[in-house]
This record gives sequence, structure tokens and C-alpha cells, in this order.
Amino acid sequence: MIQPPGESPFKYQDAGKNLQRKMMGQEYDALAHAKETKTPVAYLFISGNIQELFRAFGFLVLYPEINALQCGIKKAAGPLILKAEDKGYSSDVCGYVKNDIGLVIQNNKSPMGNLPRPDLLVCNFSGCNTYIKWFEALSEFYDVPLVMLDVPYVRDAAVPKEDLDYTVSQLHDLVATCEKITGKAFDKAELSRILELSRKAEDRWCEVLEEAANVPSPIDAYFEAVFFMAGINIFRGTKECVDYYDAVLREIAERKERGIGPVEKERFRVVMEGPPPWPHFRAFWELFKRWGVVATAATYPKVGGLFDTGLRHDPSRPIESLAEYSLQCYTNWSLDKRAKLIEDYVKHFKADAVVIHSVKSCRSFSVGQGDFRDKFVREKNIPTLLVESDLADPRYFQEAQLRNRIDAFFEALEHRKLTAKGGA
Amino acid sequence: MYYAGVDVGSTTTKAAILDDGKTLVGKSLGPTGANVVRAARNFFAEALKEAGLEEHDVGYVVGTGYGRYKVPFGNAQVTEISCHARGAISVFPGTRTILDIGGQDTKAIRISAEGEIVDFSMNDKCAAGTGRFLDAAANVMGLTIDEIGPVSLTSKAPLRITNVCTVFVEQEIMSHLSKGRKTEDILRGVHSAIAARSLALMRRVGVDPEITFTGGVSRNPGMVTALEERLGQKINVSPLSQYLGCIGAAIFALERAQGAPSPRAPPGELPMLRGH
Repeated sequence: MIQPPGESPFKYQDAGKNLQRKMMGQEYDALAHAKETKTPVAYLFISGNIQELFRAFGFLVLYPEINALQCGIKKAAGPLILKAEDKGYSSDVCGYVKNDIGLVIQNNKSPMGNLPRPDLLVCNFSGCNTYIKWFEALSEFYDVPLVMLDVPYVRDAAVPKEDLDYTVSQLHDLVATCEKITGKAFDKAELSRILELSRKAEDRWCEVLEEAANVPSPIDAYFEAVFFMAGINIFRGTKECVDYYDAVLREIAERKERGIGPVEKERFRVVMEGPPPWPHFRAFWELFKRWGVVATAATYPKVGGLFDTGLRHDPSRPIESLAEYSLQCYTNWSLDKRAKLIEDYVKHFKADAVVIHSVKSCRSFSVGQGDFRDKFVREKNIPTLLVESDLADPRYFQEAQLRNRIDAFFEALEHRKLTAKGGA
Repeated sequence: MYYAGVDVGSTTTKAAILDDGKTLVGKSLGPTGANVVRAARNFFAEALKEAGLEEHDVGYVVGTGYGRYKVPFGNAQVTEISCHARGAISVFPGTRTILDIGGQDTKAIRISAEGEIVDFSMNDKCAAGTGRFLDAAANVMGLTIDEIGPVSLTSKAPLRITNVCTVFVEQEIMSHLSKGRKTEDILRGVHSAIAARSLALMRRVGVDPEITFTGGVSRNPGMVTALEERLGQKINVSPLSQYLGCIGAAIFALERAQGAPSPRAPPGELPMLRGH
């Protein structure tokens, strides 16, 4: 079907992606003008971020991880990483960290605009010791206060009460720090109002993810969800975020009505584990698309919160609810809990296989992924492919090797399907 | 009608031609070199010559190996992982584990009783334990790649080679040579080091008998012995071991031409998401 230029046969397609891009642009614009607007800036990590608390105090929040992600997808990461290595950072240090250090070295002039200095650094994710060092380094570079939230690791089905109490007590301390920096008194009602908006967005986000249970799936719950997750990761607690997910849901509804999806014809459904290689995002996706592979679930978009497991922010218990949330992010879960979640995804989202993209420069998250593979293949009879490159460092992406492994995996999977049919 | 498989590897290109009854009627191999397309054409032509056939006698060609998309006369492409598995089963039907050591790749493949690939694992970002490692060793000793295996087997007191890096192993060998160590003892150590590394890769997929050893390095008797010592069991090696990838490709060619179910690789590039 040939369309006149500028006209799409669809009303809502690409709304999720375009709106996300617009919101990100506006956010970076606000950050670039933070000094002029006299808005305090807090730096946070995505995993278990308690952005609502900072929103209640009128902070703008900047996420160095998102800057690194954006630099990666804009193909700016390579030279930044080299800048950090020139300073002495080892080739084995996390690509995100080196990308950010590269930005610091060039005075925070980024492809997304000028980034503001922090007024406060909050290391809210302690599951990764490299991340602790990251914010310690930033604290030295910027000479600003660093608050280290010590969030206990979640090992069992339920979080022990003392772990929750411990996290809550640290949040109370953080409230006092925010009051001191902003000169504003903590407004609990305002935080509850913000959390109500978070909850609404979380409901809609889960509806989006659940759509991938359809066969065929109208969305790719990895390669598209990594765009859709921006709302839940960065814009929680705003009306724009709620509206954003309404727009995504409209887009998905239109796809279902019109019978379109992320690939021409869905041939394989997979669960994805690990972040994508941002500097080669397109090329990586193509390696799967050509096989008609659709991710029907993924763990990476849950790094900003495991809302699909029933977790919600609760406006009636604001601080406790923030503590619960910061404990229950995917990266803060034990390997057993992560493996169980992936298995549950395979069943619920009717997946044929698991694909793990392991990150070379991230040992804290990637360690154990080989065990996942062994467990799924040997004990659960779930075909599992493990491939490795990097989330930020373009040097680790070897397309020929990746293509070979991916092709071989889906060949074997197809052969299994064919012989199963032939035998039936 | 005849069916062909052309396996364009990183180091060597192999071609095989089968008749309707899956009998090997022609084969050929040689260095891939810089011109991948020419290598594919040359060794396909040589295999045709050996079989006494013309190109039009061949009904279907499957390309495999890293250069599989550079086989311009190929009707389809299948990865060498699938092809090695298929080739190995055709020669040794009891195969459950395949170890393939090529020029730059080592892979372990686990096969089900039904002949399906259950799991595979490959070396990543490092050529240690591949044919390149042996090339480096042969080079520094001033021997050919065909000589080092038999020489290693004459060793009475094998040395332990601790370096697994293809680049640094040369330094370690030099240091042993400068200490007056015997060539055969050093070489036995080199083979043993690769065997240990290969076994680690095989353990990732599980080591179930029968084990079939394929790829260029399977021609090396020193490697076969070193692996059998480590594994504590005999392994299958065929005089055709280096050809098993292209034989597997030719079997896929035959099956496709006859319309049997067979995995179908997508074309190199595809139009993507409608509306995206």
C-alpha cells in the first residue's frame, strides 16, 4: 500500500515512541535550565528510585544511567568511554560509569543538551558496588552531599520486617536532608497526591505489558518496552505519565484492531533477560526480527519496579510505600527469585525460549546468568540462548558472532517445532 | 540429481557433493583467504570436478560457515552449528555430544536421541583453544601444523602450559625453549591445555557419549589423544571430520529440495515492522 508522504494509514501508531521522545526532550530542556529556574537537582539511580519524594520537594531528578543510555543510542558512548579510560578507568569498569565520567570530563555537554550539576547525590541502589563507587566519584568531582541509601537485598518471598523498617528509617533521614537543602518543610499530603498519580500510571503500565500475552503479541515487550518504560522509570507521579500510558494503550488497541504487530509474522515468542546493547540497538533487534521473534516478556523493563508482580505505590502509606518499592526492583532480587520470575514469564506469556543478553562490563548483574541458562536448559527444558556484548561499550558488539549464535539457536528451535509437528 | 554444501570457514573453505542416496561423490577444501566469494566458487568447482559433474547437475546448494551469505550460488544458508550436528549424525548416528574445533571457533553441541540440537556453546571474544592456538604454537617451534600432533605424541614427560592466551602462549613456549625443554614435551602440554579448555566448554552443554570430534583440528592425532585422556573415553573421529559441516549442509540441501521439513533461515535482510 503506497501512502502519500506524511500520511499514515494508522491514527495512533508510533504515538508511544514519539510522545516518549517529546517528554524526554522536555525533561532534558528543564534540566538544562535548572540553574536559571533555581530548581534544585538530585541525581538518582533508576533501580528502586524514589523520585516521588524528590518531586514533592520540587527537585528535578537527573539519572546518570539514562544519560549513558541516551549517549549509547545516539552513538556517542564510544568517545566518552575512551575519555574515562584515558583518566585511568579500566577497560573492565562498567560502560555506563565510564560514559558518565566522560561526560563529567567534558563539562556535562551531552548530546541531550547541557546537564546541570547536582545539588544532592542519592545512591539509592546498593545492589551494585560499582554504582556506589560511581556516586562516590561524582561526589568528589562535584563536591556535593552524597546520601547512601543502604537497601537490603531481597532473598526470600517476603521482605523481613526489620529490612523494611531499616529502609523506612533511612528515608526519614533523607526527608530531613531534603528539607535542609531546599529550605522547604516536608508536605506529606503533596507526596500522597504524587503517589496517587504513580499508582495510576503503574496500573496502565501493567495493562501494556499484559497485552503481550496475546498470540500473536501486538507489542514487543523488550525492544519496544524499553521505550515505553521511560514513563515508569522517569515520569512517575505526573499526570503526563498517566496520559502517556493511555496513549500507548490506544496505540496497542489500534494494532489489535488492524492486526499488526512488531514483526510481519510472529514465529517465535521469547522472554528476554538483560539490557540491550544501546549503541547497536537497531542491529541487535534486526537479528531477532528476521526470525520473526517477538519478546513477550522481559526482565530489564522491570528494573524500575516489578509492578507486574502486584507491587503498587500506596498514597495512604507514603514513606513505607516508597521503601517497599525501592526494595522490590528486579536488580535487588536474588538469583533464585529472578530465575523463578523468568520461568513464570515463560509460562504466562507462552514463550518458546529464553534469550539472555549478558553485559560484559557488568559483573554484578551478569554473574549468575550462565547458571540461569544451565537451569532452564537442563532442569526446565526451556531452550535458552546466552549471548554477550555490552550495554554501553560499542567495542564489545561483534555482529557476525552474535548473528551466528542467534541463527543457530532459532534454526534448532524451528527444527524442534517442525519435527514435533511432523511426529504429531 | 546432486546436492551440495559449501562451508566457508574463517580459515578453510570446504565443499561436498552428495547424490540422491546421500553418498559423498565429491569433496574439496583449501584456504579461505581474503576473497571469500572466490574461495566458495573455487572449492565448489573442485568438488564438482572430483565428482565429474557440472554445476547444472546440482539441484540445491546450502551455504554454511561464517561466509555463508557470501556463497553467491547458494540457494539457502544454514549455520555451521546445525550443519556440523547434521553431518556428525550422518557418520556417527550415536552422537550425543559434538566438539568442533575450527580455525577461530570452538563449539560444543549437545544432540538429543532424536538428533535435535538441545544446546550449544561457543568460545567468545577469544581464540584460545582454537586452531589459531595450535598455529601459534607450531609457528614458534618452526614446525608445520600437520607435524605438531605426531611430534607431541612422542613425549615422555609432558610440560604444563599454563597460558591459555593465543598471543601470550608464544612467550611461554619461547621461555620453555630457552630453558632447553624438549619440543615434544612442550607440544604435548599445548595439546593438553587445549583439551582442558575444550572440556570446560563441553561441560557447559553436558558431556554425554558418544562424543564426535569435528573441524580442522580433529585431523590432529595429538589433539585426539589429549582429548581422550582428559575425557577418559574414546571419541569418534572420521577421516571426513573436517568435511562434516559441508556434508551436513549438503544433507540440508537434499532435504529442502525434496520438500522435507527443515529449518529455513530468513533472507539476509527483511522489510521490518509495518508502520515502523
